[in-house]
Amino acid sequence: MITLHDLVLTYPDGDRRLTAVDHVSLSVEPGVVVGVTGPSGSGKSSLLALAATLVRPDSGRVVVGGVDATALSADDAAALRRERIGIVFQQANLLPSLTAREQLQVMAELAGPASRSARAAAPTRADELLGAVGLADLRHRRPHELSGGQRQRVGVARALMNDPSALLVDEPTSALDSERGAEVVDLVVRLTRELRTATILVTHDLQHLPRLDRVVRLVDGRVTAADAPAHAVPVST
Amino acid sequence: MFVAWRDLRFARGRFALVAAVVALVTLLVGFLSGLSGGLAAQNVSAVLALPADRVVLAPPTGGGAATFGESVLTPAQTRVWRDAAGVTALHPLGLTQGRATHGDVSSAVAVLATDPGVDPDGPARDGRVTLSEDAATALGATAGATVRIAGRDLRVDAVTGPSWYSHTPVVRATLADWRALAPTPDAVTGLLVRGDTAADAADAAAGTASASPLGSLRFLPTFRSEIGSLALIVALLFGVSALVVGAFFTVWTMQRRGDVAVLAALGASRRALVRDALGQACVVLLGGVGLGLLVVVAAGAAAGTALPFVLSPATTLLPGALLVLLGLGGAAAAVRTVTTVDPLTALGSHR
Repeated sequence: MITLHDLVLTYPDGDRRLTAVDHVSLSVEPGVVVGVTGPSGSGKSSLLALAATLVRPDSGRVVVGGVDATALSADDAAALRRERIGIVFQQANLLPSLTAREQLQVMAELAGPASRSARAAAPTRADELLGAVGLADLRHRRPHELSGGQRQRVGVARALMNDPSALLVDEPTSALDSERGAEVVDLVVRLTRELRTATILVTHDLQHLPRLDRVVRLVDGRVTAADAPAHAVPVST
Repeated sequence: MFVAWRDLRFARGRFALVAAVVALVTLLVGFLSGLSGGLAAQNVSAVLALPADRVVLAPPTGGGAATFGESVLTPAQTRVWRDAAGVTALHPLGLTQGRATHGDVSSAVAVLATDPGVDPDGPARDGRVTLSEDAATALGATAGATVRIAGRDLRVDAVTGPSWYSHTPVVRATLADWRALAPTPDAVTGLLVRGDTAADAADAAAGTASASPLGSLRFLPTFRSEIGSLALIVALLFGVSALVVGAFFTVWTMQRRGDVAVLAALGASRRALVRDALGQACVVLLGGVGLGLLVVVAAGAAAGTALPFVLSPATTLLPGALLVLLGLGGAAAAVRTVTTVDPLTALGSHR
C-alpha cells in the first residue's frame, strides 16, 4: 500500500516558486491500479517522483508499506526504493551491457554484493518474471536486440524483481504504438492483481484509462477529479 | 561489481584500449626503473658497500662541493678526524680510476684501496688485488693471474661479486699499492669512519664533508644528474598514467551518467555505485599493469648482461603498485560524477 498525504512540492522559478504539486492526497491499496493523468505540466511526473522518494516534498507525507519516507535520509530512501518500490520508467531505461535476465538480477546487487542465497535465487526469480511478461525465450538478449515493447516489458519485470509493495509506472506507453502500449498497460494491470502491488500509473494516453481501477486527474498540480475511469475522465475529452 | 564486470565485457574494445595504454606506460616505467637501477648499481655499488658509518671527503682547495673524483685528504685533516669524539675506528680510503692490463687485454677500472683487513672483499696483503666479477670478465683474468696497474704487477687474490664505481668495474688493492697511483703520495681520497661521531664538528674543524655511505652519493655529481633525469622521466610517466586513467574514467562515467541515475533511482546505494566504478578501474589497471610488467620481466631477462638492467621487486612490483594507486587516484576523481548524479533524472524524458 502507498499513501500520499497532502503533498505540496514547489520548484524555484525566477524570483518566485512554481507549485508543481498542490495539496494532493492519494491512497492506493494492494492489487489496485490508480491512473494519474492530466495535461503536460500538470504535475504528474512530480507526483510520481514524490511517491518514488526521488524528491522531498515541501510538506505532506509519503507512506510506503507502512514506512514514512518523508523523513528518511537519501541513503535510507534508496534502501526503501530498493526494497519496497518498483519503478517503471518512460523509456524503459535498461542498462545496455546487461541481458534481459541480468537487468532483473542486478536488482539483487543494488546494495552491494548479494548474499550467496540471494544471488542463487535471483536467476530463478528473474526467469519467472520474464516468463510472466512473455519474454522467457529472450532472456539472453541485450536491450539493442529487443523491440521497444519488449524493452518496456523487461522494465516492468525488473520493477517487480524485489517484490515491491508499490509499483510506480511513468508513462510506459509514450514510446510505443497504441497496440504495444495497450499490451504493456494490460500487463501492468494483470501483474498488479497477481502480485498485489499498489500501482500508480502516470499516463497522458486516455485510451488506456478504462483498464485502470481509478483515475486521478491533475491540473496545475491540483486534483480536479478522482473516481472510476468513466467518471474521472470523460471519454469525449 | 555486477554491472562493472558486464560493462567490461560489453565495451571490451574501449577497456582493452585503455588497458593497453596503461600496459605501455607500465612497460616504459618498468624499463626505465630497471635501467635506472642498473645504471645506479654501475655507478655506486662500491660506494654503498664501503665498510663505514661515515665517509669523509675533502672539498677542492679552490672551493666547491666535495666529490669522490676530486677529494684529496691531507694528513692534517686525517688527524683531526682521528681525534674527533665518537670515532671508534678510522681507515684511509684510496679511490682512483685508471687502466688495468692482463696480457694483451686492457680495461678501464676503478681502484679502491684500504688497508688489508678493512674491506672483507679486499686483498690480504700488499702486491695483491681482488677483481670484481665484471673486472675479471673485462680483463679475462681469474684468481692467480697477474694484472698490471700503473706499472705495477699485482697478483689476483680472488674474484669477488659485482662492484662498480662510476660505470667502471672495481679492482680492490691495498692502500700501499694504491699510493703508487695517487697524485699526492701522503694524501688519501677519503676516510672510512666507524662510530657515532660528532660529524658536523669534525667536518668544521677539518674542513671536510662527511656522510653515510648512502648519503655520500651526493659526492657523485654524475650519479645525481643521471638518476635525476631518469627519475624525472619516471615521475612524468606516473603523472601521465594517472591522467590517462582519470581522463578515460571521467569520460566513461559521464557517458554512463544516465545508467548510474537509473541504478540510483532503482535504489542502488552510493557505496555500491562507487565500488562498482572503482572496481572497474582497478580491473583495468591491474590488467594493464600486469601485462606491462610481464613484458618488462621478459625484456629484462632477455637483455641479460647486454644492458645495465636490474630486475627486482623494487624495479617492477613497486612502480607497478604505484601506477595502480595513481591510476585509482585518477579514477577516484571521476567518481564524483557517480556520487553527485541525481536519480530524479531517470524519470520522465530527461534521459
